[in-house]
Amino acid sequence: MAITHPSIKASDGKPVSVEIFPKDGPPPITVKNLTMAYGTYVIMKDINFTVKHGDIFIIMGGSGSGKSTLLRHMLGLIVPAKGEIWYGNFDFTKGEPEQREEMLRHFGVLYQGGALWSSMTLAENVGLPLGEFTDLSDEEIHEVASLKLALVGLKGFEGYYPSQISGGMQKRAGLARAIALDPEILFFDEPSAGLDPISSRLLDDLILELRDNLGATIVVVTHELASIFAIGSNSIFLDPESKTVIAQGDPKELLKNSKDHRVQAFLTRGAEENKADKSARDHG
Amino acid sequence: MQAHQQTPPPNEVSFARADNSTLVVQLAGDWHLRHGLPSTDLVEKQLDTAPKPTSLTFDAAELRDWDSGLLTFLLGISEICHKRKLTADWAPLPEGVRSLIQLAEAVPEKTGARAEVTHTSFIEELGHEAISWAQGLDDFLRFLGEVAISFVRLFTGQARFRKVDLMIVIQDCGASAFGIVTLVTFLVGVILAFMGAVQLQQFGAAIYVADLVGIAMSRDMGAMMTAIIMAGRTGAAFAAQLGSMKVTQEIDALTTMGISPLEFLVLPRVLALFLMIPLLCIYADCLGVAGGAFVSATMLHITVRTYIQETVAAVTLADIFGGVFKAAIYGIIIAVAGCLRGFQCGDSSSAVGDAATEAVVTGIVYVIVACGIFAFVFNILGI
Repeated sequence: MAITHPSIKASDGKPVSVEIFPKDGPPPITVKNLTMAYGTYVIMKDINFTVKHGDIFIIMGGSGSGKSTLLRHMLGLIVPAKGEIWYGNFDFTKGEPEQREEMLRHFGVLYQGGALWSSMTLAENVGLPLGEFTDLSDEEIHEVASLKLALVGLKGFEGYYPSQISGGMQKRAGLARAIALDPEILFFDEPSAGLDPISSRLLDDLILELRDNLGATIVVVTHELASIFAIGSNSIFLDPESKTVIAQGDPKELLKNSKDHRVQAFLTRGAEENKADKSARDHG
Repeated sequence: MQAHQQTPPPNEVSFARADNSTLVVQLAGDWHLRHGLPSTDLVEKQLDTAPKPTSLTFDAAELRDWDSGLLTFLLGISEICHKRKLTADWAPLPEGVRSLIQLAEAVPEKTGARAEVTHTSFIEELGHEAISWAQGLDDFLRFLGEVAISFVRLFTGQARFRKVDLMIVIQDCGASAFGIVTLVTFLVGVILAFMGAVQLQQFGAAIYVADLVGIAMSRDMGAMMTAIIMAGRTGAAFAAQLGSMKVTQEIDALTTMGISPLEFLVLPRVLALFLMIPLLCIYADCLGVAGGAFVSATMLHITVRTYIQETVAAVTLADIFGGVFKAAIYGIIIAVAGCLRGFQCGDSSSAVGDAATEAVVTGIVYVIVACGIFAFVFNILGI
């Protein structure tokens, strides 16, 4: 999906409209030689990958491997120690604060716990970005918010506060807020965390629906194997030992073809049958 | 005298030699955590006794019941064996013990994972504290600057926040604070009047209690006491609210939506306190005078009418407006300190508590520093 970006200025300083995501242009997300560090402590280095239009791109790896930190870098919440993050034609790491702010309006983010604003109702949560960045009237905003909530199965919950609904519903409401402005790129941080298998599956279906029907490019941070195989079309695997990306590609292809024992161990929950599996089998 | 019969310890460890090179660790009795653990120094001592053993084995024939106590002791022995490069034969131990020892040793300790214990000298610590204090002041001033820029955006109509949030904060730090402000400032007036009365009565100048209380409350005490109450009540609440929002990633959600958390969250809070504290200060001044009038009427037998007349004669408009101006500045300081600490909050629930505490401390310290500066400047200006 292509959009215009009026706040980007030409080399002579005059503002010009540029296509950020031209149809035949560069991929929507390109990460080049990214190094993530806290002070002098390097978490990950030499991270390179591209995310194509319509991809559901999985960032996977074990607990503590730096998946969520990578996502926070991609969202501009942490400044990279080195490297570049490009969104289409726009260098997000070097952009002016106003340009980055403008860019952020084309993102939707679902955080681990939903991150709903607790003092607002679900409709107000979803309606806030609409009120801030569109010229819609209050009535129209309420209608659009109701539609977004209906899309995630929360029709009728407009007046509820986040504390009045379950964790799974909070995640779905968070998703409704993330898609409020029909973003070009959607980021999900551990969407399945804390959900039962059925809710997790429903959320996966919802992610696929959003990709297919809204045409969004989706980046998902997860270590849930079921989700990875169900929705992932491309992926990277972060390894905390070597502190870099050790595998890239379709997760199903990686399972079949990767020769790396760390990737295989992760994608098969450990190559050898462990005690938990044995116990599960013995107890039927 | 009754003889004590000493009961043997439930867990027993003794040593023997299978041959000159093998130490046998004999384990007997019940090994439970509640009975305490023998020191592995006993094993070290045996290993240092000539002829020095090169391997180690166990005799668990007399071992009865066991729990993590035995495992802890055995892991200690295992570490000694690794350090001294001794071979250990674990086979004589029960299967459960062997499995758990194997499990505990399955993942080797990560290099550099253990936190280093460092001892710093008093001078070094003092230096760190000084740098940290200077850094804190720098952060505060920087944040104050950002808030000032937001205020400029507010006055040019560019700032974005929900008006309803501003109203809620105004209610919370205005009308809802009436009770505590009433109680504290009335009592402050009472205390000031008592202290003054005791001294002034000696000179037959009891009527000047009204001057003392009126001037003290309007110039400084009204603003100061209101600020201290609001630092403890509202400053801490701001830090806790924003800290919780940080923990639950609500602030991240605003940022990644392109909405400035500073405008959306900080501006209404600073504005509300800036507007409400002066009003509370005027109210506090009146309550302080009421407290003084109460003492004068009951202890000094000065009528309320006379007391009020004396107060009106003593207190100038400059005193009142000076106090109100100070209160407004204190309000900004408290709100900025509370919001700053909330933004600096860590990602855990205990960090929220720490942020609230730091907000109160920072707020009160900076209010008192500001009070000192005001006293100096007002003196120079002759106010």
